[in-house]
Amino acid sequence: MAVTGAVMVGFLALHMLGNLKIFYGRESFNEYAHWLRTLLQPFLPYRGVLTLLEIGLFLAVVLHMWAAITLTRRARKARPVKYVAKKSQATGYATHIMRWGGVTIALYIVWHLLDLTFGVVNPAGFNSAPADRMIEGFQPGRWWVTAVYVIAIILVGLHLRHGIWSAFQTLGWVKGERRRIVKLGALAFSAVLVLGFLAPPLAIMFGVVK
Amino acid sequence: MDLTLKVWRQSGPDDAGRMVTYLAKDVSPDMSFLEMLDVVNEKLILEGDDPIAFDHDCREGICGMCGMVINGVAHGEQRATTTCQLHMRHFEDGAEITIEPWRAAPFPVIKDLVVDRSAFDRIIQAGGFVSVPAGSAPDAHAVPVRKEDADDAFDAATCIGCGACVAACPNGSASLFTAAKITHLSLLPQGQPERLIRAKAMVDQMDAEGFGGCTNTGECTAVCPKGIPLDTIAQMNTDYLKASR
Amino acid sequence: MIEYTEGEALRDAKAPEGPIEERWAKRKFSAKLVNPANKRKLNVIVVGTGLAGGSAAATLGELGYNVKSFCYQDSPRRAHSIAAQGGINAAKNYRGDGDSIYRLFYDTVKGGDFRARESNVYRLAEVSVNIIDQAVAQGVPFAREYGGLLDTRSFGGAQVSRTFYARGQTGQQLLLGAYQALERQVKAGTVEMFTRHEMLELIVSDGRARGIIVRDMVTGEIERHTADAVVLATGGYGNVFFLSTNAKGCNTTAIWRAHERGAYFANPCYTQIHPTCIPVSGEYQSKLTLMSESLRNDGRVWVPVAAGDQRAPGDIPDEERDYYLERIYPAFGNLVPRDIASRAAKNVCDEGRGVGPGGLGVYLDFRDAIGRLGRDAVEKKYGNLFEMYERITGEDPYTQPMRIYPAVHYTMGGLWVDYDLQSTVPGLFVIGEANFSDHGANRLGASALMQGLADGYFVLPTTLGDYLANGPYGEVDEEAVAEAEIKVRTKIDRLMAVNGTRTPDSFHRELGKIMWDFCGMERTEESLRKALELIPALREEFWRNVKVSGTPEELNQVLEKAGRVADFFDLAELMCLDALVRTESCGGHFRAESQDADGEALRDDEHFAHVSAWERTPDGPVLHKEALEYDYVKMSQRSYK
Ligand SMILES: Cc1cc2nc3c(=O)[nH]c(=O)nc-3n(C[C@H](O)[C@H](O)[C@H](O)COP(=O)(O)OP(=O)(O)OC[C@H]3O[C@@H](n4cnc5c(N)ncnc54)[C@H](O)[C@@H]3O)c2cc1C
Ligand code: HEM
Ligand code: HEM
Ligand code: SF4
Ligand code: F3S
Ligand code: FES
Repeated sequence: MAVTGAVMVGFLALHMLGNLKIFYGRESFNEYAHWLRTLLQPFLPYRGVLTLLEIGLFLAVVLHMWAAITLTRRARKARPVKYVAKKSQATGYATHIMRWGGVTIALYIVWHLLDLTFGVVNPAGFNSAPADRMIEGFQPGRWWVTAVYVIAIILVGLHLRHGIWSAFQTLGWVKGERRRIVKLGALAFSAVLVLGFLAPPLAIMFGVVK
Repeated sequence: MDLTLKVWRQSGPDDAGRMVTYLAKDVSPDMSFLEMLDVVNEKLILEGDDPIAFDHDCREGICGMCGMVINGVAHGEQRATTTCQLHMRHFEDGAEITIEPWRAAPFPVIKDLVVDRSAFDRIIQAGGFVSVPAGSAPDAHAVPVRKEDADDAFDAATCIGCGACVAACPNGSASLFTAAKITHLSLLPQGQPERLIRAKAMVDQMDAEGFGGCTNTGECTAVCPKGIPLDTIAQMNTDYLKASR
Repeated sequence: MIEYTEGEALRDAKAPEGPIEERWAKRKFSAKLVNPANKRKLNVIVVGTGLAGGSAAATLGELGYNVKSFCYQDSPRRAHSIAAQGGINAAKNYRGDGDSIYRLFYDTVKGGDFRARESNVYRLAEVSVNIIDQAVAQGVPFAREYGGLLDTRSFGGAQVSRTFYARGQTGQQLLLGAYQALERQVKAGTVEMFTRHEMLELIVSDGRARGIIVRDMVTGEIERHTADAVVLATGGYGNVFFLSTNAKGCNTTAIWRAHERGAYFANPCYTQIHPTCIPVSGEYQSKLTLMSESLRNDGRVWVPVAAGDQRAPGDIPDEERDYYLERIYPAFGNLVPRDIASRAAKNVCDEGRGVGPGGLGVYLDFRDAIGRLGRDAVEKKYGNLFEMYERITGEDPYTQPMRIYPAVHYTMGGLWVDYDLQSTVPGLFVIGEANFSDHGANRLGASALMQGLADGYFVLPTTLGDYLANGPYGEVDEEAVAEAEIKVRTKIDRLMAVNGTRTPDSFHRELGKIMWDFCGMERTEESLRKALELIPALREEFWRNVKVSGTPEELNQVLEKAGRVADFFDLAELMCLDALVRTESCGGHFRAESQDADGEALRDDEHFAHVSAWERTPDGPVLHKEALEYDYVKMSQRSYK
């Protein structure tokens, strides 16, 4: 979990930074997209690095989901009879957010790929420049798309707020004083990520980026 | 004060079990929770009914025998308190209280609120000890121990094996219990020689017993009557990862 | 009143002669060893998993015997030893403050008011040092100092600092050490563990203890277990008083039924009352909670000067408070020994000056300590105790004095054993609080843990080995086993058949009240005779009117309770008889008729320097006296003025 989570977190950080390039204009963003695809050429073919990244990412997602499903199934088996009344005593959102949030995020990713990667459900269509897909996608008329993104991103933030410190804990790096720092760090990191991801769609919708 | 109790009744391991409602009248706020149940039981016995079976012994919060889920919280809502140390003054007159046993597959219900926690003993058997035959020990002062380490080890060692952590964990994990013992012995020089095999063996036994995995939700430490911290789980993970390499 | 006869004098045949320092070494050397190859074939039953039983079973398993271990709880870790707070004594002299094995020996004999055997006590002091080594090696997290060495404190009126402790949970940590050692042997296959099993009968075949009958408390099944020797480590019987600091399940059943089979019961009347417990708050009260004695270091004990003063403690000015311990015992003040502090509290309450519900309590006030040291310092020292007090009473001891009252705590009496810890039934060994051996008429604080572990880790493994090496003792007589089982079944059937109108608890509560009122802190001929009338009458009603619900073939906590209460009746009677016969005061046994001009306990060494060992016969109890001789510690009268 921790390792696959970390891979995904790494990707997300880069992805967010990349997305922010939209603020430097369409060209900058397209260049970045292009750069991604031509990285390390000619040593690797077109989309070489990106494909490797994608494979890695895909594996991470699959393994992560597999681990999540295994854990959930073990948990179910460990408690075959449910409580009639059950009240959480910890800051208690974690279980539900992690499981149902995770599934929601997965669904979102599928849709997101169809939308912005393949352009299947995107008004700009399949054969368009990435920046166009993005800007077309978040026009005010398609406010509900933006809404889906906002919700998804907030879910991602919540998932990571717990996920990041949890990963540290799983690896045994959190002790005593450090626990507070790691938790704060996870919160800060998630907040930055959420804001960073939210900025482009909102900016487009409200016409700041055209 | 008068209370309505909704209590899990299950006549034996094979019975499906159900919630049954009882009225507890004239409860004194100075009673402990178990004394309140004693009074209910006295009445049930005289009426020829089966009294509610529950585990208890020391009634002072140290033996770890008592334990029930009260209004959805293991050992009840008062923090750092075992069921036997919980007092009725924390409940409102007229309140409705649900009482259930620890629920986890590795803790099968024996009767009513009594569950079988022998899985904990088997986790200890797997490695929760230092191998030292009686009479073979060196002088107690032969190995000094840093005071801080001794204190931290003590904190972990105060676990009373009640099982509330398992009862509260959404995954039914026994991580806090197992980690408390691993941490206690890991922090002391006496525990070093067997440190890694101990961690590996105990965690493997915990999994074999059918407890769930830990996803760090922290419910366990919140209900733990001894406040065993999550640090112990981090320590267990460190030792386990090292041992698995 | 029950009649008794006096039988032959009793002698401890196993204690070696010679200089006291050499006796244990001598006995160890003379003890026969069991051939290692044979150990596997020898079966030993250990009943009880407290400090005594747990350490014994673990050690015997380690030595290679085939051990079966029993306890009534769901795990061996829950034995009542877990509740011990204060600490454990050992003559390590780590402080260099003049402690020595001899001094611990001396203090224990004197503290026991000259009613314990010198040989036993010396051995206890000698072995005490090994206990600490063993426990530390097991990873018991004793308190340490910044230098990394073990910390100690002084306890129970001792002038040296020899009590090792693990915050307020010493018993827990020591027991977990023994428990872990035990579980290690379970894994190794040398010990077979039977939890939730209650011993109900001893099997005696050919005059030797050869097994036990137990009830599986989950299924109700009656099981037979035979062995080459039986060890009882079933703890104390303080619960005969219903309210005590003991755990709810503590009982006398195991030792009582062994007593019925021929084991002598020694000094049953010696009970220790602890002065600092949280007072009773109402009828429903199910047990009493001990507050550590260490509180008396800084708390001041007082009651109002005037009887019936109903004012809140804060409204009572100093001149209207009676700091009675400081007044009566200016030298020791609030730190007088347990029995004296307890009796003094009872006296002021009897005068109508007690505080709290029912007037059964005295104040333990920290106002001055908080004023002098500051709240923080007090909190550092006693924070967890204050919290516990508040949890139970709902009162804040920082702003309002604690209320405390004495409660039954420990029983010095128990089955009679010789130097080898063997009872009068060959092959039946008794260790820990269940025997009578080492504390005389009064146990010093922090010495019970020491005794339990000394017996289990170090003494029993040697002496039991000697017994087994002298075997084999032949096949177990099938008929003896069947007879024992029938006896158990008959008793259970009888209890189930009564189907009366009172619960076992209600009888127990009433019995406890009789014992507390008439055979408690202060006993008189009159009160004891009264108790000896009331007890049989109540017992008769019990057997006529008790109600046990459910069936015996399931987990049945009412049945468990009824069986224990039945035995408490018989024990209570013997306790009162023993107390009646012993017309002197000594240690925890205070006969009002025997006190000096200052109201202090007055021993009668001429007539009572002996152990009273009771045999149970069809013709009534028979008293055997074991004379006590003091060659090393000169007998003297205690004085704490
Ligand atoms: C609150 C409290 C505080 C104390 N503090 C201290 C202290 O600070 N220092 C000190 O030295 N001493 C202290 N003592 C005394 C000391 O704890 C006990 O005397 C000692 O622990 C007894 O140990 P044990 O092994 O003999 O018996 P226990 O620990 O009582 O164990 C009895 C065992 O026998 C089993 N058993 C009993 N009956 C049966 C049966 N019929 N069938 C099967 N199994 C049975 C039980 O399951 C249990 O395993 C304290 C006592 C109390 C109550
Ligand atoms: C595909 C759908 C997803 C599901 C079902 C899912 C489920 C879960 C669950 C149940 C956990 C808890 C395990 C634990 O705390 O140990 C978890 C942890 C985590 N998740 Fe996810 N998640 C998903 C997607 C993601 C994504 C997209 C990311 C990152 C961008 C991510 C990052 C993390 C991290 C870092 C952890 C913490 C790992 C750990 O504690 O060891 N997850 N996830
Ligand atoms: C507002 C937020 C986001 C925007 C604007 C956005 C935009 C994009 C765009 C334009 C692409 C296509 C890039 C390309 O084809 O070169 C892309 C790919 C991708 N995005 Fe996002 N994204 C956002 C949030 C997220 C989130 C929250 C996740 C995951 C939880 C995510 C996961 C992915 C993945 C997995 C890909 C495919 C990467 C690949 O094929 O290399 N995105 N995103
Ligand atoms: S860790 Fe806490 S909750 Fe779990 S068994 Fe130990 S004391 Fe009970
Ligand atoms: S509640 Fe369960 S998920 Fe882990 S942190 Fe505690 S074991
Ligand atoms: S009964 Fe012992 S902890 Fe509650």
